[in-house]
Amino acid sequence: MSTNLLTLLPELILTLTAVLVMLLEPLLAAGASRKPLGWLAILGSVGSGVAALYQLRAVHALGPLTGFYGTIQVDAFSIFFHLLIASIVVTTLLASLDYFPPDQVSHAGEYFALVLFGATGMMFMTSSVELLMVFIGLEISSISTYILAGFRKGRATASESALKYFLLGSFATAFFLYGIALCFGATGSTAIAAIGAGMAVTKTPLFGWLAVGMVLIGLGFKVSAAPFHVWTPDVYQGAPAPVVGLMSTAPKAAAFAVLLRFLFEAAPTDRHHWAPLIAILAVASMTIGNLGALLQSDAKRLLAYSSIAHAGYLLVAFTAPEPLAVSAACFYTAAYAAMNVGAFVVLTQLSGFSERLRTIDDLTGLALRRPGLSAFMAFFLLSLIGIPFTGGFFGKFYVFSAAVRSGYTWLAIVGLANSGLACFYYLRLLTALYARPTADTVGDSPTPRGISVPAGLALIATAAATLLLGILPNRILSLTQRAAPATVAQCPMQR
Amino acid sequence: MNFDPIILTLILVTPLAGAILLALIPEREDSSNGGESIDSKRHAIGALVITLLTLLLTLHLPAHFNYHAAPHTYQFEQNLPWISSPAIRYHLGVDGLSMWLIVLAGFLAPMGVLASWNAVQRRTRLFYTLFLLQQVAMLGIFVALDLFLYYGFWELSLVPMTLLIATFGRTENRRRAAIKFFLYAFIPSAILLVAILWLYNLTGTFDLPALQALAGAHQIAASPTALLLCSIAFLAAFAVKVPIFPLHGWLQDAVTEAPTAAVMVLAGKLGLYSILRFSFGIFADQSRHVAPLLIALGAIGIVYGSLIALIRTDLKKLAAFSTLAHVSFVVLGIFTFTVLGMDGGIFQILNESLIGAAFFLLLGLLYERYGTYEMRDYGGLAARHPWMATMFVVTSLAAVGLPMLNGFVGEFLILSGTMQSVVIHHVLWTTLGATGVIFGAGYMLWMIQRVFYGLPGVRTEEVQGWDLCGREHLELWPFAALFLIMGIASPLWMRAIDTYGAPTATANVPSGASPSAKITIQIHSAPAVADSSLARNSNITHLTDIRREVR
Repeated sequence: MSTNLLTLLPELILTLTAVLVMLLEPLLAAGASRKPLGWLAILGSVGSGVAALYQLRAVHALGPLTGFYGTIQVDAFSIFFHLLIASIVVTTLLASLDYFPPDQVSHAGEYFALVLFGATGMMFMTSSVELLMVFIGLEISSISTYILAGFRKGRATASESALKYFLLGSFATAFFLYGIALCFGATGSTAIAAIGAGMAVTKTPLFGWLAVGMVLIGLGFKVSAAPFHVWTPDVYQGAPAPVVGLMSTAPKAAAFAVLLRFLFEAAPTDRHHWAPLIAILAVASMTIGNLGALLQSDAKRLLAYSSIAHAGYLLVAFTAPEPLAVSAACFYTAAYAAMNVGAFVVLTQLSGFSERLRTIDDLTGLALRRPGLSAFMAFFLLSLIGIPFTGGFFGKFYVFSAAVRSGYTWLAIVGLANSGLACFYYLRLLTALYARPTADTVGDSPTPRGISVPAGLALIATAAATLLLGILPNRILSLTQRAAPATVAQCPMQR
Repeated sequence: MNFDPIILTLILVTPLAGAILLALIPEREDSSNGGESIDSKRHAIGALVITLLTLLLTLHLPAHFNYHAAPHTYQFEQNLPWISSPAIRYHLGVDGLSMWLIVLAGFLAPMGVLASWNAVQRRTRLFYTLFLLQQVAMLGIFVALDLFLYYGFWELSLVPMTLLIATFGRTENRRRAAIKFFLYAFIPSAILLVAILWLYNLTGTFDLPALQALAGAHQIAASPTALLLCSIAFLAAFAVKVPIFPLHGWLQDAVTEAPTAAVMVLAGKLGLYSILRFSFGIFADQSRHVAPLLIALGAIGIVYGSLIALIRTDLKKLAAFSTLAHVSFVVLGIFTFTVLGMDGGIFQILNESLIGAAFFLLLGLLYERYGTYEMRDYGGLAARHPWMATMFVVTSLAAVGLPMLNGFVGEFLILSGTMQSVVIHHVLWTTLGATGVIFGAGYMLWMIQRVFYGLPGVRTEEVQGWDLCGREHLELWPFAALFLIMGIASPLWMRAIDTYGAPTATANVPSGASPSAKITIQIHSAPAVADSSLARNSNITHLTDIRREVR
């Protein structure tokens, strides 16, 4: 197999599966279940994960693979994110299989295809080392998620969600593109390695600074870091629960991967110049996210604000020197993905497509009705709080220890004080689950259906991942440490 | 077969496995008790078996404890690598400080199950699962010797307790009380984590013995101010959990709401143990530096707690503030850094936990019968419930420090320890704190008088209660027996405690008090305590230990 094809193997598998799903969809009868398509999509994403593992073997033997004239680079770093995104997509698809009610089933095929297309874009972002290619990946992933956000058609919140996401998302993409243009202006190149080299000798360092700022704004929007977070609560509230699970983790993981590569490889001068800027973003995200979440009564909005706060915790890792920052950030991304996707799978199973049970009051006394589901939710919430022996705790632990080791002790104190603040709202939800139901809450709702088998699998997988990341983090940690230098190989650029 | 290397793991795994097992056993509704359908007792029985098994395992420790081990060493150690980078080890161990605390935790658990036997009738699966998880976390705190592992258990201990309060609390206020409890403990713990990370960054280890050695040799490369701040971060996190005087805001709500079994283990020993183990272990000098402040806070806590307890008419609130007064006594003792104060303080942790547990247990029994904690609703119960009245009186007398009972030994040692302190204002604070003994007797005896004597109260006229049943006798007699045994045979416990207390109190003696000066003080004080053969016994142990030290 040619190296070029090998470097894009996971993306290719995903794209082909998605196209296949689209082609097969019209062959099914109008009212028929779309579940076979869902299983096909799951098969495809598992296949892309296997392909990523195959790449890992090749990288292990030959070192980083480059392809397409040095615009794509496959190394431990990109493979880590490929695997992560593939796992998130598999979990999301499992949770979505029984999500669509019979009268909405006609769109299910498109839904599965869009999830796969989105994942293709995200994977593409993490393996591109050329900013224009990154931009293409970003657009593929964004456009798919814009559509997915509005998938509960006919509901006002869904339209609001999709439109808001689309308008603000496009706006942010423009910033990112402008950043690329400025990079090109300063260094004459859009390849990350060449930018890094060019920034050191550029005659217009101001362009370089502006470029860093623009890219930060563009990606800051994608990871919902404050002050670019305003879209998050509305979009998450309106989007279908499994999609929120996906888009609060996978595109963010991809954007963080790009940010890591860009900041450590392309940004001008050393990190001491931009690290304070990141620290400010981190403090703002943590504080605004947590304060905002305190006032929420809708579970999805609450988790939206919590995801803003978690983006803040993750940014804390960026203040450390490269290997430390990369391994801490990678670990945190994985831990956050496991617990957050898990929490949204639970929400998916609560009341399905209708999402009738939304607020904390609706969930009061859930443990009496559905002890299993509540136990899972409680576990994910505890992990989000950062209770030891869960992935969330180790994530925070690595991130903050990276900050302390690079002299940002104050940031660690602010961050951990923030995580104390965060307990308040997580606990409000958690204690509500186990409280006695009052008359007008879950108590008199019709008996909810059981957990669907694939969703049960997804729950077990995410819970197991969260637990393993908390008890035996060695394995994943060694992978993140291998990913650690996100260094971009200097390749001869052919322009 | 030699269990020594794995006994601590067994002690941890037994309740954990039990919790998982109980979580998997489905609840069955049992409607034989009249029309009301309640859960059958299978979870309670399971929990009782598991906790008794754990208690048996913990008894292995005193049976095989080596009293002649060198100071600052640990026994029954298990030390395995866990995570390579950062270097985290699964390191467990026991010394004279933690041994009896582990047995105490093992003892209180079956008592807690018995106390919940009828009090908790719904959602028993959730209740006992959480209760056993709480047990795991507590035991873990006592045996962990790796800072990271310890921190894990420390945080973990918050979760089951919070859920127990939030789900099984008494009034509508339960969720607020639970969140308050959690936040009060969690936020300082977050700062504690930063301190631990900072320390790790300096030393490259989370291992307590290694850190102790480094700190003892003054080899932690940081400015004195930074180290002091770090020690304060440790101390503050522990002080909230104790609680020490101005940080007690969560106590009243949590105590009022929590079910009996949970409240029996709520306050005191975890925080005090952590202070002794980590603050004194790693920050010996810094702890001595802040000792005057803590002694003052301890004395204020005694007086404040006692005075508030005097005016509370809600029995649980009274108990909450008497808890504050009692733990403040311990704080007063350990921060004097005298052998007597230290040993007495540690002994008093055991006393306080037992007396507090028995007291809460008795209050729970009253509540089961009459459904109120309001003192004014009671009265004249002694004629109706002679056994219960007897147990209340015994517990109260132990709490107020009647000679022959355990409370006396602890309080006496603490007060005499603080009086020996070379610093004059310690003596002043002790004088203030000693008035707490009088107030303590005041509110306890007053409480007995109002509840058990006098005219029958409103509630006691309405409801026909019953005296102790067989199960309740089974719960209370062990406590009463322990009060007496620990009162007259304290050296049995002191022997182990002293292997920790004496070296900790005398190690790194700050300038101005040389070891020989210490001994003179000890010897001079000996006649003063001669009237108490028990205290003298333990005093002699100290002297021999100190002589060994000096040599």
